[in-house]
Amino acid sequence: MSSAIKTDLVEINMGPQHPSTHGVLRLDVTLDGEVVVNCRPDVGYLHRGIEKLAEMRSWVQFIPITDRLDYLASMLGNAAYVGAIEKLGQIDVPERAEYIRIIMMELQRVASHLVFFGTMALDLGATTPFLYAFREREDVLDLFEMVCGARLTYNYFRPGGVSRDLPGGFYKKCKAYIKKQREKLTEYDDLFTNNQIFIARTRDVGIISGEDAVNYSLSGPSLRGSGIAYDVRTADPYSIYDRFDWQVVTSAKGDSLARFQMRVEEIKQSLNIVEQALEGIPEGELKCRTPQRLKLPEGEIYYHIESARGDLGVYIVSDGGDKPYRLKWRAPSFINLGALNSLVKGWKVADVVAILGSIDVVLGEVDR
Amino acid sequence: MGDNIEATLKELFPEMSIECRQIFGVPNFKVGAENLLEVCEKLHKELGFDYLADITAIDWNDRIEVVYQLTNLPSNCRIALRVDLDRDNPEIDSLCSLWKGADFQEREVFDLMGVVFSGHPDLRRILLPSDWDGHPLRKDYVISD
Repeated sequence: MSSAIKTDLVEINMGPQHPSTHGVLRLDVTLDGEVVVNCRPDVGYLHRGIEKLAEMRSWVQFIPITDRLDYLASMLGNAAYVGAIEKLGQIDVPERAEYIRIIMMELQRVASHLVFFGTMALDLGATTPFLYAFREREDVLDLFEMVCGARLTYNYFRPGGVSRDLPGGFYKKCKAYIKKQREKLTEYDDLFTNNQIFIARTRDVGIISGEDAVNYSLSGPSLRGSGIAYDVRTADPYSIYDRFDWQVVTSAKGDSLARFQMRVEEIKQSLNIVEQALEGIPEGELKCRTPQRLKLPEGEIYYHIESARGDLGVYIVSDGGDKPYRLKWRAPSFINLGALNSLVKGWKVADVVAILGSIDVVLGEVDR
Repeated sequence: MGDNIEATLKELFPEMSIECRQIFGVPNFKVGAENLLEVCEKLHKELGFDYLADITAIDWNDRIEVVYQLTNLPSNCRIALRVDLDRDNPEIDSLCSLWKGADFQEREVFDLMGVVFSGHPDLRRILLPSDWDGHPLRKDYVISD
């Protein structure tokens, strides 16, 4: 900007009820003309104090609360928490339950990335992709409803297994869905991903280098979009992911477009995993026997999984009793949001929307 | 790398007492509060622990323990650092100068557990309103209806 004209900085407020903030997030943005010089996220509007609540509930009673953190990926919240309990309590999981879990976790990842796809398009002014993505997500929610009766908060995982079996008709419906989703992905590409306007709005916008992304503790597709192949499923393997043939997708670009593409590619990888799990699933038990009043041995564990948004960690401390002494939820959205300021600095107000969309935060998880 | 990290640390800091215990295969090192920044600097710059995965704190009634989960991404090696702090006056050096990801996480621990991170560029409450009283994750925090 020319020094001949004196300009004042203007502070503007985005949110907390702005549609592009995907929930209740307030951004305190300082502008020089149209250019962002600083952006301070103000969070906590949805804070429910779940870590304190956990200390007042039995181990099993906390499972429904894990549904309400990242509410677009409740199955993965279930998985992280139950996985931590099983590791600390050395509880085995039957083969069939492991396969069912893989199917649920990966379908959940697809459903979550579909919401991302639709909302990011909507943020950039394209309405149709949103409708398309939600149409296909509906099929996944139907599958979840068949399995556990719920469409958003599943409460499906149990220490030692899952709460109920896949119903008759699930395999057929799930296979039909995979086939349909693959066809639709091509349609999405034609309609949106290769759209010139979309590309112009996201390519080279909000770049973060691999080194910076690691330094900011970014995780998930937002980290892999900067060329770092860190995925908890392969870096610190859990469940039975090692039995399937799939790839960790990365892109060296580090821009908003790359972060978008990572998620579209991950949908394809997840569908591959679900397909293989459907082929390989054995008959058998659904849940190991656990005491009605579960107690975990004294000790602690930091357990983590790859959720739809990144490295989801659960840290639990047990004093030998029937409830957690301390529980910490390492929410990837919260930590990813910490990098927002550096991502948007120097970009225009309209780009803030694109960049925020590209890191895909869920405020239920940010605020906990 | 995971096996010899203990030996490497003891070699680098011969005068420090660094206790190590394994928790599910992850070495957990107990470090003195005054040494944290120095140890982290070595871990970050020389031993390749580039990823600060998590910061949290536990109230043990007689002390507050801050726990840091660190990862060396290229080798997938994980360790944890643990620091005991005085419960009445918990203060420790901020790690923001090494890992920018520490910013939000330290603010959260400050907000909910009341640990003061000295040298943090912007230590404010993050999840609770700025005029909130007390730190809810303390064991003696009274919950009212």
